[in-house]
Amino acid sequence: MAPLLEVRDLRVEFPTRRGTLTALDGVSFDIAPGEVLGMVGESGAGKSMTGAAIIGLLEPPGRIAGGEIRLNGKRIDNLPYEQMRRIRGREIGAIFQDPLTTLNPLYTVGRQLVETIQSNLGLDAAEARRRAVHWLEQVGIPAAAQRVDSYPHEFSGGMRQRVVIALALCAEPKLIVADEPTTALDVSIQAQVITLLKGLARDKGTSMMLVTHDMGVIAETADRVAVMYAGRIAEIGPVREVVKHPKHPYTRGLMASIPPLDRRVEKLAQIDGSMPRLSAIPPGCAFNPRCPEVFGRCRVERPVLLEAGGTRAACWLYDPASEKRAPEAMRHG
Amino acid sequence: MAETPVLEVEDLAKTFDVSRPWLQRVLAGEGRRTLRAVDGVSFDIPKGTTLSLVGESGCGKSTVARLVVGLYRPSRGRVLFEGVELERARAVAEQRRRMQMIFQDPYASLNPRWRVKDIVAEPIRAFGLVKGAAEQQEMVGRLLTQVGLSPADGEKFPHEFSGGQRQRISIARALSSNPDFLVCDEPTSALDVSVQAQILNLMKDLQQRLGLTYLFISHNLSVVRQVSDRIGVMYLGRLVELSPAETLFTAPRHPYTRALMEAIPDLDMTGRQRIPVGGEVPSPIDPPSGCPFHPRCPLANDRCKAERPALLPARGTPESLTACHAVEEGRDPPPRPAGMDQRMGTTATAL
Ligand SMILES: Nc1ncnc2c1ncn2[C@@H]1O[C@H](COP(=O)(O)OP(=O)(O)OP(=O)(O)O)[C@@H](O)[C@H]1O
Ligand SMILES: Nc1ncnc2c1ncn2[C@@H]1O[C@H](COP(=O)(O)OP(=O)(O)OP(=O)(O)O)[C@@H](O)[C@H]1O
Ligand code: SF4
Ligand code: SF4
Ligand SMILES: [Mg+2]
Ligand SMILES: [Mg+2]
Repeated sequence: MAPLLEVRDLRVEFPTRRGTLTALDGVSFDIAPGEVLGMVGESGAGKSMTGAAIIGLLEPPGRIAGGEIRLNGKRIDNLPYEQMRRIRGREIGAIFQDPLTTLNPLYTVGRQLVETIQSNLGLDAAEARRRAVHWLEQVGIPAAAQRVDSYPHEFSGGMRQRVVIALALCAEPKLIVADEPTTALDVSIQAQVITLLKGLARDKGTSMMLVTHDMGVIAETADRVAVMYAGRIAEIGPVREVVKHPKHPYTRGLMASIPPLDRRVEKLAQIDGSMPRLSAIPPGCAFNPRCPEVFGRCRVERPVLLEAGGTRAACWLYDPASEKRAPEAMRHG
Repeated sequence: MAETPVLEVEDLAKTFDVSRPWLQRVLAGEGRRTLRAVDGVSFDIPKGTTLSLVGESGCGKSTVARLVVGLYRPSRGRVLFEGVELERARAVAEQRRRMQMIFQDPYASLNPRWRVKDIVAEPIRAFGLVKGAAEQQEMVGRLLTQVGLSPADGEKFPHEFSGGQRQRISIARALSSNPDFLVCDEPTSALDVSVQAQILNLMKDLQQRLGLTYLFISHNLSVVRQVSDRIGVMYLGRLVELSPAETLFTAPRHPYTRALMEAIPDLDMTGRQRIPVGGEVPSPIDPPSGCPFHPRCPLANDRCKAERPALLPARGTPESLTACHAVEEGRDPPPRPAGMDQRMGTTATAL
């Protein structure tokens, strides 16, 4: 099936006084109809930026400096603002990481939902209000009919997040870009929201880019996962492979840092050091200063995505031509 | 003699007025509405330990957090900081320095017009913790490095950072006044697991070296297990279970706690059924009578509908305080470890 979303070689730059920063560099992936692509990775790696580029809401001075984004085969990265705005409501629904940027503090949540529903689906006010309550119920807001007239500040953090989810879903878009949609939710509501999102993917063929740090949510929801590091995709593949048998040294470190549920450990595994700043990304592999496997070539040549047995990893250990190859244990996860 | 706990909370309650505007109320013929966000919560936190609060979204965790650092005034009950009434303690700058809070919403808590270095340095300046500008700059640089940012990031503004980076800025800021008591409301929820591990290790290290005391709030039960000495489970503004961390995970007692444990995501992809807590999430405006969990509880009976259960040592695991008639009467099924107790979540009607 032809992909619904195609991202090719996406490059996003931020011109600053101290020079131009490259926030995304050569990011490529597809999402098929009804597919959920999970996106994980280091904080600051560019996940939200990727989502913002897709929905055409990069914050200036950030701009797309290369590559292209296609929805249903049509380019959407170079559309005029008005045209993109229409696509954003109707075809792409966005759930932002920060609920406060989506919600207008001056309007009740009901009014915001009703307006979104009316402008996208052209329903009358009474029907739109009925749907607004319906979507609030769907995302698990208790006493939705009573609380539909509340203002955002009268809701808890997790309840606001659910309103944002309802806002993104109520126009019934084909693609949902969801940035940390369940982070503020308790595990039970989270299960309910995940079931709702999965149901949309399964029954309505809605596609989703799901950014989250919660590997449990990824494991349950995503079909494939992309792992980002310093503005690039480090690894991409089917969810089971990436979570259970990660190939890229960064992904391996990441998975090892997940706190266990079944016991308490003295010290959690961590990847020492921190991600390079955008103004100081090292030559070669961006992960090389922290990589336990680093070798000569890594400091000079930037790795491309290579077949790594089940996934594709941007790591020279998987290039047959390298002087060092992935140890046996790593190749088989 | 036992040391005075760093924090003592007694019968704490907070109600909000959530009435609709006057005109709408009159037209609809309805009265004022109040919402009991926190309703009679008591606990204490001994020095150098971590108490975590978990529970459904909207159950009142952040409200408790705001009450214990003095951002809200209690509607009832009191908070003691090292044995001193909170309001009196907070009148003294030195005591304010010693308690800090990391907010759930890092966006809202960082002034967008300030450079990060000024945000982080603000408590340092306010409490006169260093002498010269050079010393201050060095301290800010060290704090930023501790949370995985770099000293050069101090020149930037909050909007130039990702969600998790902003959360780290607010952590650096909270740590900058060398607090002794830190309220952490979802401190790592915006962080990837590797940076999260660094922050949690840092917090643990500070606790071991300097004896910091934490009130910790998180939805991530794996994280809670790693950091807590004791865990309080809240439901609709009340504590329904208060247990040592290990006991809570190996032998959860309250039916809500048990249901919560079954809803944890299955990372191992074992195919374990993830069971959301069944039934409707009740409204805090109009809470159920008796035990607030009774409409969703598989063990509920008539007593549960009528009588509010008190927080009592549980039969068999007296180190767990549990507010449940079934536990008190000994008619609850034997406790089983988290994730192995499939029968408790099964009033499922919500989905
Ligand atoms: N307005 C801006 N100016 C300059 N740099 C920016 C700006 N906004 C974001 N950045 C940088 O771009 C990078 C990518 O940010 P992005 O928000 O996409 O990260 P992320 O992967 O979503 O991280 P997180 O998991 O913490 O949300 C970060 O390093 C951030 O510092
Ligand atoms: N300023 C306010 N005005 C009215 N109601 C409020 C206010 N602040 C909180 N509430 C209500 O009080 C209840 C508890 O909110 P609180 O923020 O403490 O929940 P929480 O447990 O922190 O939830 P979450 O996990 O979603 O952050 C919620 O029903 C919320 O809607
Ligand atoms: S390319 Fe080299 S430095 Fe980069 S992840 Fe692979 S082994 Fe490590
Ligand atoms: S008191 Fe009754 S309703 Fe409440 S949790 Fe216990 S058994 Fe269930
Ligand atoms: Mg982000
Ligand atoms: Mg909260």
